[in-house]
Amino acid sequence: MAKKNPKISRALAKNIRRNFVERLIEIALMLSGLIAVLITFGIVFILVTESLPFFEAVSLKEFLTSTVWTPNFEKKNYGILPLVSGTLTITGIALIVAVPLGTITAVYLSEFASHKIRETIKPVLELLVGVPTVVFGYFALLLVTPLLQKIYPDLPTFNMLGPGIVMGVMIVPYIASVAEDAMRAVPMSMREGAYAMGATRFQTAVSVVMPAATSGIVAAYILAISRGIGETMIVAIAAGQQPNFTFNPVESAATITAYIVSVALGDLEHGGIGYQSIFAAGIVLFIMTLSLNILGQWTRKKFTERY
Amino acid sequence: MSKIIGHEDNINTIRALIKKHKKNDRIFSYIGLFVIGSLAIALLVLFLDLVIDGYPKMNLEFFSNFPSRKPEGAGILSAWVGSALVLIVTFFVAVPMGVASGIYLEEYAKKGWFADLIEINVANLAGVPSIIYGLLALGLFVYEFGLGQSILTAGLTLSLLMLPIVIVATREAIRAIPVHIREAAYAVGATKWQVTLHHVLQYAMGGVLTGIIIGMARAIGETAPVITIGALTFIAFLPPTPVTDVAPFINFAWLEAGFTVLPIQMFNWISRPEHAFHINAAATGAVIIILTLLMNGIAIKLRYSIRKKIKW
Amino acid sequence: MALLLNFVIVFVKKLNGNPRNKIIMARKEILKAESKNFNFHYADGTHALKDINIPLYEKKITALIGPSGCGKSTFLRSFNRMHDLYAGNKYDGEIILHPDDTNILDKKVDPIEVRMRISMVFQKPNPFPKSIYENVAYGLRVRGENNKRLLDDKVEEALKGASLWNEVKDRLQDLAYNLSGGQQQRLCIARALATDPEIMLFDEPTSALDPIATVNIEELMSELKKKLTILIVTHNMQQAARISDYTAYMYLGEMIEFDETDTIFTKPSKRATEDYITGKFG
Repeated sequence: MAKKNPKISRALAKNIRRNFVERLIEIALMLSGLIAVLITFGIVFILVTESLPFFEAVSLKEFLTSTVWTPNFEKKNYGILPLVSGTLTITGIALIVAVPLGTITAVYLSEFASHKIRETIKPVLELLVGVPTVVFGYFALLLVTPLLQKIYPDLPTFNMLGPGIVMGVMIVPYIASVAEDAMRAVPMSMREGAYAMGATRFQTAVSVVMPAATSGIVAAYILAISRGIGETMIVAIAAGQQPNFTFNPVESAATITAYIVSVALGDLEHGGIGYQSIFAAGIVLFIMTLSLNILGQWTRKKFTERY
Repeated sequence: MSKIIGHEDNINTIRALIKKHKKNDRIFSYIGLFVIGSLAIALLVLFLDLVIDGYPKMNLEFFSNFPSRKPEGAGILSAWVGSALVLIVTFFVAVPMGVASGIYLEEYAKKGWFADLIEINVANLAGVPSIIYGLLALGLFVYEFGLGQSILTAGLTLSLLMLPIVIVATREAIRAIPVHIREAAYAVGATKWQVTLHHVLQYAMGGVLTGIIIGMARAIGETAPVITIGALTFIAFLPPTPVTDVAPFINFAWLEAGFTVLPIQMFNWISRPEHAFHINAAATGAVIIILTLLMNGIAIKLRYSIRKKIKW
Repeated sequence: MALLLNFVIVFVKKLNGNPRNKIIMARKEILKAESKNFNFHYADGTHALKDINIPLYEKKITALIGPSGCGKSTFLRSFNRMHDLYAGNKYDGEIILHPDDTNILDKKVDPIEVRMRISMVFQKPNPFPKSIYENVAYGLRVRGENNKRLLDDKVEEALKGASLWNEVKDRLQDLAYNLSGGQQQRLCIARALATDPEIMLFDEPTSALDPIATVNIEELMSELKKKLTILIVTHNMQQAARISDYTAYMYLGEMIEFDETDTIFTKPSKRATEDYITGKFG
């Protein structure tokens, strides 16, 4: 029957040419996959190298503690705090709007809505996400601010309240979809335990579903903060572009992003300190959003592993 | 409410309790509906306001005029041509790379640090603010690579933004393909690439297309990164045409030209104090939002019809 | 005299000894394939198959029976190197294909080539979301066949071989999913047939089908065995008794008994086999 050392028949020996082509294709695909890594590396590389001269000229202490930012004026000050305060204030206002609205939407869609309503609303949320931010900026400046001025006539044209509110509306779909995903992932068996005891949908949502989905909901908030911090056009159009160290919403201010845009609109002499300052501001922005993103993803992973 | 339930005279207490809970339930239900309704209405108001404000300007001249110092005669010719050309570059860069990356991650990559590294990077890149991409493009494409403030640079920048969307859409679409279909293809003697090309890609195409459309819709509306690389806001000329009537019939000079795009034009007009320019901005905004809503709508429709068609 | 006695004793021993030898002496069956000391470990370390030695006779139907988890599907899927698709699985031992005496588990052997000689029909019908024609033609296209006339002929031949031709000949371009469950499974059989395999592997092919469709497939298999060798895993003992020529009873990763089907079901030599057959457990 079988020989002592079975010879590999020619028909079953590896087809060398076919395998060569397969390997080639695999390598080409792998290089494409590496692009993502390259881009991250590129971002870090550029931000660091272009801002290095800036940090050589400006002390870290001044950068982090001074409350005046005037790199392009006669008297140059390089404190990043005004830009940070502008960013945080506007994002804060946005969150005050978005967190309640987004959470309520998520709870409603997950626990109350019929299949039909959910299928109609989810596309609406997606469309809202697709609206370009420059359009939101238009609204903040020409619709919301005038409306607010009717209530509070002393409100300046450029303020932080208007763009804050509009940014909040823009962020609601982000919070709603991530939080809703988290809540839908809670198994039905958990809910049935509550319903069986006579709880209403609202009680079940609050006492069972939301606690179970906490990490997902928190992840949604964190990602929303990151989105708000990185937003550019709404604030560039409606909050003004004057750096101003304040947390008062009725004043105008500039965010980190708005500053970068304002410099880019002007004349950028390659290599001047004005040019480098936008990269310095960019590093701060990148660090803020990156840490939030990593935190948000880590929190989100915790909820997918649970079940 | 810690009374022990069971007695006749406690029945009323229970009933009152239940009534209260049901009322709360109903109230919340109304609140939820109200919130969602407001969001839908907000979207509608947004859309209508732009259209109504910009309506007077929406005529053929608007699309065929260049912007000018006087608001009345200004048009968006250079803007929409610029947008179209930039999007062409974006498409041809982001789609092949994104789909290839998605295929690699789902079909070829072995579990381990390498695949994890790529995955983490894709997830992070999706959350990077668009203006950071602008900074990357400014430092790298414009100066380091010397590509200048051109359509090519803008296209590359926007394709970086679009890349994570395409990769994620491709991966999701591929993951939806059940294992036994793949096994059937392998069992018949197909190689890995044959299974990928003849089966996986074809079945995933719908999902991939959805992602591409959403990515392109986002690219149309992106302003910040394009401003950062230095797109000019007042352009009264068009880039050279790609198709010429002398051999070799296609030239690439347009890639290097200065340009502007629709959202920047809108931004520019909003920034002017004169109300007349604001009307122009509204009209431009209406064009942009019609395009993005249309594209997103098509993508949603596409996803819906795919789900209905394929029953594994 | 003593010599004669010795001879008788040896002869009788041989008769009751290696079952394979007994059968071969009786009927001169041709061996198509055999597994030798075949062990299999899953990626998580589970020792799923322990020292399996099963012969596969040419143009016969061999059935693998046994309770859930006994390793019969694992064994079947080793024949066309399906386990290669998932990282970490380990083959140990040999599965020899005759007449060229090739060990298909050898690392130097390309699994693609193996699958071109040995095809598989799965438990749940899994046609491609393509037309009926394309489903059957795919295996040929993968082998580089693109001549339309040739493809048309082979598709028709395969569909006839699977007893499906008459039902679909007028709608070859229809989507395969429009067929009923039984038709889809016959389509999968046609797809597997189109490439002229030497061995066909069936993994519980009728467990997802209704009784009428089941009868159709069983009749089909009895026809098919005239041209090729069949290895079938089945949960349904009656099915094994109905259609197979040889049966192997497996339990917890080991092969307990292998014999002609009639023998297994009427006078099995191992107690364990008898218990399973009579339904004492399983």
